[in-house]
Amino acid sequence: MSAILPPSERLWWKQSISSQEWAWIGIAFVWAMIMFVMMVYWHINGKQNLSNEVYKTTTEMFQAKTDAFVKENTIRTEDSLVNPDLKMPVVKPNAKGEAFLLARLWSWYPILELEAGKTYKIHLSSVDYNHGFSLQPTNINIQVIPGYEHVVKMTPTKAGTYAIVCNEYCGIGHHTMLGRIYVK
Amino acid sequence: MATTYRTCPRTGLQFDLDADKLMRWNAVAGVLWLLVGGITALLVILTRWPAIKLLPADQFYLILTAHGIDMLILWIIFFEMAVLYFASSTLLRCRIATPWLGWVQFWLMVVGGIMTNVAIFQGGSSVMFTSYVPMQAAPHFYLGIILFAVGALIGCGVFFGTLVVAKREKTYTGSLPLVTFGAMTAAIIAVFTIASGAAILIPTFAWSMGWIKEIDAQLYRMVWWALGHSSQQINVAAHVSIWYLVAAVVFGAKPLSEKVSRFAFLLYILFLQLASAHHLLSDPGMSAEWKVLNTSYFMYFAVLASMIHGFTVPGAIEAAQRKKGFNNGLFEWLRKAPWGNPLFAGMFISLVGFGFIGGISGVVLGTEQINMLMHNTFYVPGHFHATVVVGTTLAFMSITYLLVPTLFKREMLFPKLCQIQPYLYGLSMIVLSLVMMGAGTLGVSRRHWDMAFSGAPFQYEWPGAAYLMMGLTGIFGVIAVIGGGLWIGLVVLSLLFGKKLDGGATHDKPVPIPDQTVAASAGHTGSEEHANVAGTVVLAMTLLVCFVLYYFVNWKYLSEVWGLS
Repeated sequence: MSAILPPSERLWWKQSISSQEWAWIGIAFVWAMIMFVMMVYWHINGKQNLSNEVYKTTTEMFQAKTDAFVKENTIRTEDSLVNPDLKMPVVKPNAKGEAFLLARLWSWYPILELEAGKTYKIHLSSVDYNHGFSLQPTNINIQVIPGYEHVVKMTPTKAGTYAIVCNEYCGIGHHTMLGRIYVK
Repeated sequence: MATTYRTCPRTGLQFDLDADKLMRWNAVAGVLWLLVGGITALLVILTRWPAIKLLPADQFYLILTAHGIDMLILWIIFFEMAVLYFASSTLLRCRIATPWLGWVQFWLMVVGGIMTNVAIFQGGSSVMFTSYVPMQAAPHFYLGIILFAVGALIGCGVFFGTLVVAKREKTYTGSLPLVTFGAMTAAIIAVFTIASGAAILIPTFAWSMGWIKEIDAQLYRMVWWALGHSSQQINVAAHVSIWYLVAAVVFGAKPLSEKVSRFAFLLYILFLQLASAHHLLSDPGMSAEWKVLNTSYFMYFAVLASMIHGFTVPGAIEAAQRKKGFNNGLFEWLRKAPWGNPLFAGMFISLVGFGFIGGISGVVLGTEQINMLMHNTFYVPGHFHATVVVGTTLAFMSITYLLVPTLFKREMLFPKLCQIQPYLYGLSMIVLSLVMMGAGTLGVSRRHWDMAFSGAPFQYEWPGAAYLMMGLTGIFGVIAVIGGGLWIGLVVLSLLFGKKLDGGATHDKPVPIPDQTVAASAGHTGSEEHANVAGTVVLAMTLLVCFVLYYFVNWKYLSEVWGLS
């Protein structure tokens, strides 16, 4: 019963290790190294890496930037399913390919209209709690944190209507927080 | 104060009566919290099952918060306190250090646990287990967790003190037994975990009182996960210790090599703390270099440790079985294992489920770029139900089939039901984990009340397969709740009405281990020198093949989403 009794050999650290154990340790180690190399390799050759471009911001500053962006670049408005009075702006990125996407209780603001194959810089932040940017059905998930302006470069691959689900719990209306991105 | 010991006549294990009582009370408190956690589990499952959708949204988020806290913290850590006292005082055959401090541990944890639950059920603290700021809970939500953590820290202190007592009073010679060594790694990780918890929860409590104006939301996530994830490493170290314990008790199995197994435990201490980084892979605030360093260099050494235990535990069992003559072919040792003994069945399902489902999914989920496919989806709870529930909870359940007769001196009632229970619970939980991960792969969110998005300004329809997966989640979740409820029922009924067993003679000094008992070494102790464990090699290689295939399939999925840079 040695696992519940002291080891009989006092110098247990001097015991030799069987070849089968060594082989498994070696294989597991090599596999860990391969997994490490894969992440680095993907940074060099992969096309899906999360951007490192981040700025500290405040909720007021980000709100103001988003409002200015929406004011300048709105192309039309759209009706909400729940509130007929609410006209939701559909906004194209500006000439530099930049767009702002603001998360708040409980909506993604505004609706973006992108083109497939073009690369955009999407500025993501929240003005209240943590939110989760979950783009469906393509399934990309990014944490959105208040106070941090995350500039993510995105290249849509296929035309269609995409939903932004909020997948970080943000209170009682969490499940109604659905946004939209059109890709032409 | 005089210490009284008793020696269990069935196993030869020796209990300090003070430690004995502490273990029993902690274990019972754990089971009661598991009951609360189980009821909340059923409510969560029945709400997320799209065909039923039992609770309204506010109650769902409240119940889900309670489920997380009661299961991940209260049930598991109460039980771990019992495990720590067992691994120190019982296995080292010594008195427990400062039993009165053990009671301080117990009551602080009881008061803290109740306080946090009161805060949750009052309704103002539905902030989830993670309680990310700036979402705010009531002050007593945080205060309860802080008190609970202080209690747990005191429990670790009693454990370390008991190690010192045993060493000084020479109740054993040489090094600590492997199981105690594993428990010690759990306790060391616990100290780090609780320190991190204090570093974030005390300021958060102050913030909820209005004494501090703001806590940075990203900083909170980073420090909180040093508590949130490291506490899962306590669980891993504890349940791996229990695997070794069960292998020793059921088979008389010796570790293949003391050196390898201890070194693997040591890797947990050295590297697992930093694995909290893998919760932040899709966060804005950390650089790619930081993420790669923390998930590869640090986390993979811990993964290496688990892969080593995943080899040496079944290897030790195989070696013991082969010695008994089950030597035919690759797997006679496994076929002829006591599958009708719930102690073994639970432990082995825990081992296989943790390795194949929890382990592989965890590493894939923790890969920097692949994380973007799964972050905050239903995949995440799918993964950790395979690690914390199949791994830890099932291992704890299986060890109670030993503890009820030994520690509580009661015979288990309904032996046939006891035999079924680990299969019912373990297998349904494995399927549950798989279908949850399936739903998550399709994008379904975790912590989400309504996958139909009623009340949203737009519509989005999940694919039919996602609804199928969520339906299966409901079905297997209910089966798992039945399996867990069966265990609670069996344990509670046996404690109340099981046949009383002889507790053994008491004496006022530690006695040597009686011969011919579970606690005695049959012949010699120590490592199994260079045993042939061909069957285990095949099992391990199967794990590796599954691992490699699943890992690269996910890179393939990733390559198909939008370009990101």
